[in-house]
Order: sequence, then C-alpha cells, then structure tokens
Amino acid sequence: MRTKQVVVVGLAMLVVAAAAKAGPPAGGTISGKVTYEGTPAKMKPIDMSKEPSCAKMYTTPPLAETVVTGAGNSLENVVVYISAGAPDDAVPSTAAVFTQKGCRYIPHVLAFQVNQEIKIQNEDQTSHNIHPLPKINREWNKSQPPGTPAISEKYDKAEIFPVKCNVHPWMHGNFAVLKNSHYVVTGDGGTFSLPNLPPGKYTVTAWHESYGDQSQEVTISGSEAKTITFVFKAKPY
Amino acid sequence: MGKLLAIVLVVIAVLSAYPIVTHMFVLPEDISTHGRAIDQQLHDTMLEAGLSFVGAQIVLAVFVWGFTNRKEGSPLKSFPGGAKVAVIAAFVLVGTEVLALGVMGQKAWAQVYFTSPKPNALQVQVQAEQFAYYFRYAGPDGKFGLIHPDKIDEGNQNYFGLDPANEVEARDDIVSGELVVPVNREVQLLMHAKDVGHSFYVRELRLQQDFVPGLDLSLHFTATKIGKYEIVCTQLCGLGHYNMKAYLNVMSEADYEKWLKEQAAQ
Repeated sequence: MRTKQVVVVGLAMLVVAAAAKAGPPAGGTISGKVTYEGTPAKMKPIDMSKEPSCAKMYTTPPLAETVVTGAGNSLENVVVYISAGAPDDAVPSTAAVFTQKGCRYIPHVLAFQVNQEIKIQNEDQTSHNIHPLPKINREWNKSQPPGTPAISEKYDKAEIFPVKCNVHPWMHGNFAVLKNSHYVVTGDGGTFSLPNLPPGKYTVTAWHESYGDQSQEVTISGSEAKTITFVFKAKPY
Repeated sequence: MGKLLAIVLVVIAVLSAYPIVTHMFVLPEDISTHGRAIDQQLHDTMLEAGLSFVGAQIVLAVFVWGFTNRKEGSPLKSFPGGAKVAVIAAFVLVGTEVLALGVMGQKAWAQVYFTSPKPNALQVQVQAEQFAYYFRYAGPDGKFGLIHPDKIDEGNQNYFGLDPANEVEARDDIVSGELVVPVNREVQLLMHAKDVGHSFYVRELRLQQDFVPGLDLSLHFTATKIGKYEIVCTQLCGLGHYNMKAYLNVMSEADYEKWLKEQAAQ
C-alpha cells in the first residue's frame, strides 16, 4: 500500500514538474457579441457623381458605413479592446494596411498598436488626400496621386479618431491606436474573441463611432473562457 | 523694312479677325431664358471691339507705310494739335465705345441680377465646399430645416449640419450631390460657401457666381432644355479645385417628381 502511494505521489510530482517546465498556461479568453437595441439610422447611398472614376465601380451606389448592422441586431465595426489590466505590448513588425478603393476606406475601422507602422495605399485612378483627425497625436494630411507608393506613418499615443479625405468629402474611416495586442474589430455577426489573457482583472471596452463606448470589468483566474455582451442604444438620426 | 512692317500688321489683323468673322468657334448651346440677351451682348462686344481693332491696325499700317524711309534731313511732320488732340481723341473714342456697350448690355445684366425670382420659383440651396457642391431641397413640407455648423459631419453625410433628431422641418430635407431641376420652371438658388471662396459656373446657363464665404447669394434661372450639364468651380479653392464639379440635371416635370420621391424614400 505504501509503495502504491509513493508511486502516485511521485507521478503527480512529475506531472506538475512537466507542466511547470512547459511554461505558463495558454490563458483565458473573453468573447462575446456586440448588439444594439432600438432603431438605427438609415444609411443613405453615397453620391459619387463628382468622381466618375469611382462612381462607375458600383452598379448601385454604396451605403454610408457609419452604422453597419447584421442579423440578430449585431453591430459591425465596433472596436473591442482591453483598456486596463494588461501591460503594453511590443510593437508588431508587420504593418497595418489601410486602402483607398472605390473612393472608400477599407477597412472602415483600422485598429493597430502604438508605434506600429501603418501603410496607406491608393488603388483608385484619382488622387486622394488622406487626413486623419487626431486630437492628441500629431495631425497631418498627405496627398497621394494614383500609382504612387504607399504612405508609411505611425502614431505614438493611444487614441481613436476619424479619418477623412480632403478631396472626397464622403470618405470616412477611423483609426484606433491601442496600447496592447488584445483587440478586435467586429465583423459580420458582431462577435469578438480576445484570447491569451493571463489571470488578472481586465476592463474590456467596446467603441462604436456613432454610439460611443462602453466598458465592462472581467476577471480571469486561469484559462477559462468568459462571455460578455455589449448592447448599444441605437439612435434613429 | 517699314513697308514690310505695314503689310505684316494688316495681315495679322485680318488673320486674327478671320476665325471670329467666320464663326469658327461656336458658343456652347444656350439652355436658359436669359441666355439670348447675354449672347447678343457678347456678339455686340466682339463686333465693336473687332471693328475698332482692325480699323486701328489699318490706320497704323497706313502711317507706317506712308512715313517710312524718311529722307535724312527732311523736316519732321507732327500730328496736327500734337499729343493733346490724340489723347482727347482716344478718350472720346474709347469712352463712347465702352459707354455704348454698357448701355446696350445693361438689360442683359439686369435680367439676371436685378430682377427678383417669381414667388413660386423652386428654391434649392447650394453649398460649395472643398471640394464638392451639395444641394438641398425643402422636401414635402416645403420648409428648410435650420443649419447648425457645429453639427456638420461629412462622414455621416450630414453636409449641411441639419438636426433631424430635434427639428421636424429638417427631417424631410433632401440633400443631393446633383442639382436636379424641372425644365421650364424658374429655379432660385440660395448659395453659400462652407469654407473658402468658390464659384458656380454653368456655361450653358450663361450663369456664373462667386461664392464669398460669409455671404448668402442668390441666383435665379429657367432651364429650357432637358439634359445633363456640368457645373464647374471657377474660383481657385485649394488642391482639389481641378476636380471640383457637379452636374445640373434638367428633367421633365414628371421625371423630377419621380426623382424627388426616390430621394425622399432614402
């Protein structure tokens, strides 16, 4: 009997040692869905008649992208990120890409990290003049004729701000400059997932360009998956 | 050499007049009710200036021909009366010419700028900004909502700064990137600039008006032909000025009503 107990304890110690050698656990996940309640404003079609080279790329005029909704009252283009509780992350070496195509910005919301390189491309046959409008970062605007190389820029402070084109008034996008790598921009379906979170107390913030931002506190103690939802109040105008 | 110069002067004068006299360059078609008077004024000005120009060049050529190759030592002849007569003659000639053109043309000018629009003219608000024109129609309620500059949000297509959430009149206002008007109906444009100076120019309408920031300006016209015409900005307004244009779409009354309904539904 005693031998058996010794073997079991010995095995248990080996397993623990092996687990410890393998490194820290994968971490918890905070996931969920962003939805809205109420009636959202109707998106109007964009009149691009003053720029025929872009207008002809669409069979029907595209809609404005301020409020993009999906099935089940889901909300797209919401930046969901950890605003407190996580340390700042190293700057990724890959660049975030922002494209001007069809006289629109793709993606509508670009999220990236502080000091990460962003590359702005012009795939249209017309000149654009991209003009991001930050309040605490340095404001600049740059002309970009067709066929010219991508503009490379970066921001050194965390901030979320709009982007416009000085030549085409209807063009509208957003930059979200964030401090860590735990962020996601919701797509079709409004779902988000923030994995690889070490144990700790986190503040998760969801930001929408028209409906503002909301925060929730979530505590991760091991490698569990926690689900939260954000519900924004839609405005009819 | 002098005689050659005289010949060259006459040749240049005649060659310059030739394209004008033979109507080599035709004016764009005239689709407005006041266009005829303006075109007539253009024609009169060209005729008067043309005759004066050719006449002056020929007189100059005659003098050059006649008084060239003056023999060394022969007495100089001066114009009778000297410079004073020439100056007075110039004043009288040019003054009469300009006065005549002004008097003859004042009716054309007055037709466009000094008459009020009819009380039932279709009112369309025009806002010029860097680098597009936007047009606002009052919608079914016939009233324009108030403009709130602090609410202007171009990314959300709120170019005029309307407040539909709090103002009923603003809810049905139709904002368009195209100026759509019914044919044969008087239209009054209520114009203002959002930022810097621009200018509204439709050559077929024979209308041009500078937008001075801070001023509310008004023009009225009646379009007489269905079609799509270009509105171009003719006042340097920045790096996108070359690209700043919109379209005037003149439609039949029925098509115009249909367009209004489509816009209201959006």
